Amino acid sequence: MEPLNALVALTNFVIIPATAYGSQLALGALGVTLIYGILRFSNFAHGDTMALGTTAVILTTWGLQSAGINFGPLPTALLALPVGIAVCALLLLGTDRLVYRFYRAKKAVPVIFVIASLGVMFVYNGLTRFIIGPEDQRFADGERFLVSARGFREATGLDEALVIRTTQAITVVVAVIVVAILFWFLNRTRTGKSMRAYSDNEDLALLSGINPEKVVAYTWLIVAALATIAGTLYGLDKSFRPFTYFQLLLPIFAAAIVGGLGSPLGAIAGGFVIAFAEVTITYPLKAVLGYALPDGWEPDGLVQLLSTDYKFAVSFVILLIVLLFRPTGLFAGKSV
Amino acid sequence: MSDAYSDSRGNHDASIVNPRGRGTMVPGKATGERVETANAFLVGDTMSGGYGQGPDILHACTIAVDPGEIAVIVGPNGAGKSTAMKAVFGMLNLRKGSVRLDGQDITDLSPQDRVAQGMGFVPQTSNIFTSLTVEENLEMGAFIRRDDIRGTMEQIYELFPILKDKRRQPAGELSGGQRQQVAVGRALMTKPKVLMLDEPTAGVSPIVMDELFDRIIEVSRTGIPILMVEQNARQALEIADRGYVLVQGRNAHTGTGKELLADEDVRRSFLGG
Amino acid sequence: MTLRATLLFTFVLLLFVGTGFYQSWNVALTIFNMGLISAIMALGVNMQWGYAGLFNVGVMGFVALGGLGAVLVSMPPNAEAITAGGLRVLAGLSLGAATVIAAIFAYRKGGRFAGWLTAGILLAGFFLFRAVLDPGVDAIEAVNPARAGNIGGLGLPVLLSWPVGGLLAAGAAWIIGKVALGLRSDYLAIATLGIAEIVIAMMKNEDWLARGVKNVIGVPRPVPYEVDLQASESFVESVTGFGVDPVTASTIAVKLAYTGLFAVVLLVLVWLAQTALASPWGRMMRAIRDNEVAAEAMGKDVTARHLQIFILGSAVCGLAGAMMTTLDGQLTPGTYQPLRYTFLIWVMVIVGGQGNNLGAVLGGFLVWWLWVQVEPMGALLMNGITAGMADGSWLKGHLLESVAHMRLLTMGLILLLVLRFSPRGLLPER
Repeated sequence: MEPLNALVALTNFVIIPATAYGSQLALGALGVTLIYGILRFSNFAHGDTMALGTTAVILTTWGLQSAGINFGPLPTALLALPVGIAVCALLLLGTDRLVYRFYRAKKAVPVIFVIASLGVMFVYNGLTRFIIGPEDQRFADGERFLVSARGFREATGLDEALVIRTTQAITVVVAVIVVAILFWFLNRTRTGKSMRAYSDNEDLALLSGINPEKVVAYTWLIVAALATIAGTLYGLDKSFRPFTYFQLLLPIFAAAIVGGLGSPLGAIAGGFVIAFAEVTITYPLKAVLGYALPDGWEPDGLVQLLSTDYKFAVSFVILLIVLLFRPTGLFAGKSV
Repeated sequence: MSDAYSDSRGNHDASIVNPRGRGTMVPGKATGERVETANAFLVGDTMSGGYGQGPDILHACTIAVDPGEIAVIVGPNGAGKSTAMKAVFGMLNLRKGSVRLDGQDITDLSPQDRVAQGMGFVPQTSNIFTSLTVEENLEMGAFIRRDDIRGTMEQIYELFPILKDKRRQPAGELSGGQRQQVAVGRALMTKPKVLMLDEPTAGVSPIVMDELFDRIIEVSRTGIPILMVEQNARQALEIADRGYVLVQGRNAHTGTGKELLADEDVRRSFLGG
Repeated sequence: MTLRATLLFTFVLLLFVGTGFYQSWNVALTIFNMGLISAIMALGVNMQWGYAGLFNVGVMGFVALGGLGAVLVSMPPNAEAITAGGLRVLAGLSLGAATVIAAIFAYRKGGRFAGWLTAGILLAGFFLFRAVLDPGVDAIEAVNPARAGNIGGLGLPVLLSWPVGGLLAAGAAWIIGKVALGLRSDYLAIATLGIAEIVIAMMKNEDWLARGVKNVIGVPRPVPYEVDLQASESFVESVTGFGVDPVTASTIAVKLAYTGLFAVVLLVLVWLAQTALASPWGRMMRAIRDNEVAAEAMGKDVTARHLQIFILGSAVCGLAGAMMTTLDGQLTPGTYQPLRYTFLIWVMVIVGGQGNNLGAVLGGFLVWWLWVQVEPMGALLMNGITAGMADGSWLKGHLLESVAHMRLLTMGLILLLVLRFSPRGLLPER
């Protein structure tokens, strides 16, 4: 029994990856939940919005790299983020102008918006593949590790190594900053409060002189930033492939619903719940249990509860369990 | 099913559409002749109209209020009381008549624009932002103002002291009477030229109702004209400077509150003796 | 059928005839056959969305289950594999089912400790299930892994697999509908989105069942093989009598045979759907859709009716899935993608006319034709655009390469345009 090694192994294989993945899901789910709260529909194009924003970041990164500009030990993509966000914002505002605004003026029911978002999803998906192609793209550069296996072993003398990749650290740091800014904006600024008011009661917001078109525009701007950042962090941490981003829709929706649709706090909680469940259940826990259990009790198999192909099943089962016990999600009623 | 965009096919799947807080207001249109009448501060003059393409609910109905006054619209169920108020506020298709505020014709303005012109409106239901704190509710009430709102907020807190204690609480957690105070406070934050209340005492207990009426009198003493629709006719007429009894969308009786209370006809027909 | 419908169907028919003349009859028939299947899928989705407002975004899963049904019914059984691990797998699956049933029972009757009891049963049951199932799975997958490694099927005629595929999909729909529609809030969309991904993951991963990503090929056909026709003297004689090359004739004959089979299924389904819609049952469904509160007040069990229509629609999708696997002659789980098998079907329904069965059929044919033909049309367009560019330039290469992605863009634009300018679709419900 070697509790320290077990802890290190658990941290290395489960906690760190799940924290990074959870941050990415949380940022994605925040975008979905904001749209749900303010525009009142589930945006099926969100995964592809993330893909398009990330595409802009990747292209800018390549441009910077070929111009010889880099960000020292940090990935150049971070420098390219503002450009990506701007491109994504223009795209979303343009889409709103061409697609959604018409239905708002018609006072269309939300499910019409959902169907429209299916069309937008197709268009974005096609655009992404048109621009950057359907293949895998890698764009991470800079220092690879914050804590390397060798460094950790030498420093601690343990058998198990702890590895923290730079991208994982950056993911968490950026996510914390973004979430802090978002909450400050929603709770402390006039515009943020007007967005919450509009989400809460559209008629009364109008009577208070809040301009819905402005609220919607701000929402798209924030969603553009969230989607681009989430997509870029996911791409840095793993890799960029348009289809993977499209598939992220399910865990992101699951996270937003688990947390309680419309609740930003819930979106974050949901992101981490889903990520931790997915990673724990699809990771072979043999190494961890081998250290944690007394000698002779080590498991024979890999103790992988489910193959990684079933990660969607995990999001789904968590979703069902939460909905059975709390039909409105973990943070119901605390909408945007 | 006249409009494909408003057909949800009965879908209410919470994972894709958000059922909460969706807007339902549709601005009305004004057409037809306008008639000039007395120079009241706010007047809905010989208004005829109905919702959408539907039949007329109001028939040459006139409602007016002057500064310092409380005007009350009473009448039996289905008499068009709330409809008359909505007509004044621009949420009805007026086919005849006009609405003027402070001498200006505002018949063509949308409800939002009327707010900007100085009309404060407290709807009967969903009249607060439940997930926002009391203070945020007041702040949102003053959204169109660009000047310092702290003074107005202090006045509101003086008027409704309980709100000051609860200012950090989400408004949805308050009691019915307190919520109505938030609703009135929110409307007052714009420093309106006129305040319109749609059944402010609906669904509150008699004790709370008395308190609310006291508060409304206090608001009126600050000089703001108040126009309100009331279900509790007797109590409302007692505090009213002007009363309108509507029957089937028409002015049936008009006078001061006391006159109407004394009027044999009014008493018999719907005050219950 | 109204004049509008007649004109639109004639127009779509002309598209196919045009394809026959300008490209080839072989291509036209290939698209048409898949158009028939698409029309059936669209019919299934239209039942759910059009009659009951149920937003099913897991069509792909039901289609794939239908395909699985086709394989499990029609492929020859793999006796060696079944003796090696069949019993164990069966025992494992029964154990899994028993665990779930026990958990549901514990949850309902467990009293104060229901939650813990349920969790305990599920956890213990899961490990037991894996302990029994896994060795059986390994044994089956070890049998001739390069060519089989699965249990095979029942070896029954492939036509029988079509209703079975529908039944499989209906079973999955029952489970998912029971859970998602039974929740206090309606969360059907996300539930179907999830179940579709799970079905595909299962089909990719469970090699013992249908070989996973190694694909099942050579699914038996309900129609003769081209080579057999070419070898048949009477066939060769009769077609050469018409002056047609036997090879071309055989491929067209086979395709026509499929067309006949599929058309019969489609016509029967359309007839059934229309009859049902005109019956008291159909009136009740529309009453529920248009005013659920009133229908509920009149004593209609809305949830049960929704479950019913959800199962029916999914069964139709499953049937179409089995037909598709039969047409392809293979089951390839890796090719199932939501855009193609879920959302494209939605485009068909919306473009065709939500709530109108004929509209869904029209949308099925039209959108499928476009889906196939946009690529060559895009290629022509791109060739035109890039004609002036220098050969070998980066942009020219990139543009020509991206033609393949034009169809997604086009489908999105078509959906958006129809939704905006003709929100009821080409053939409105009423």
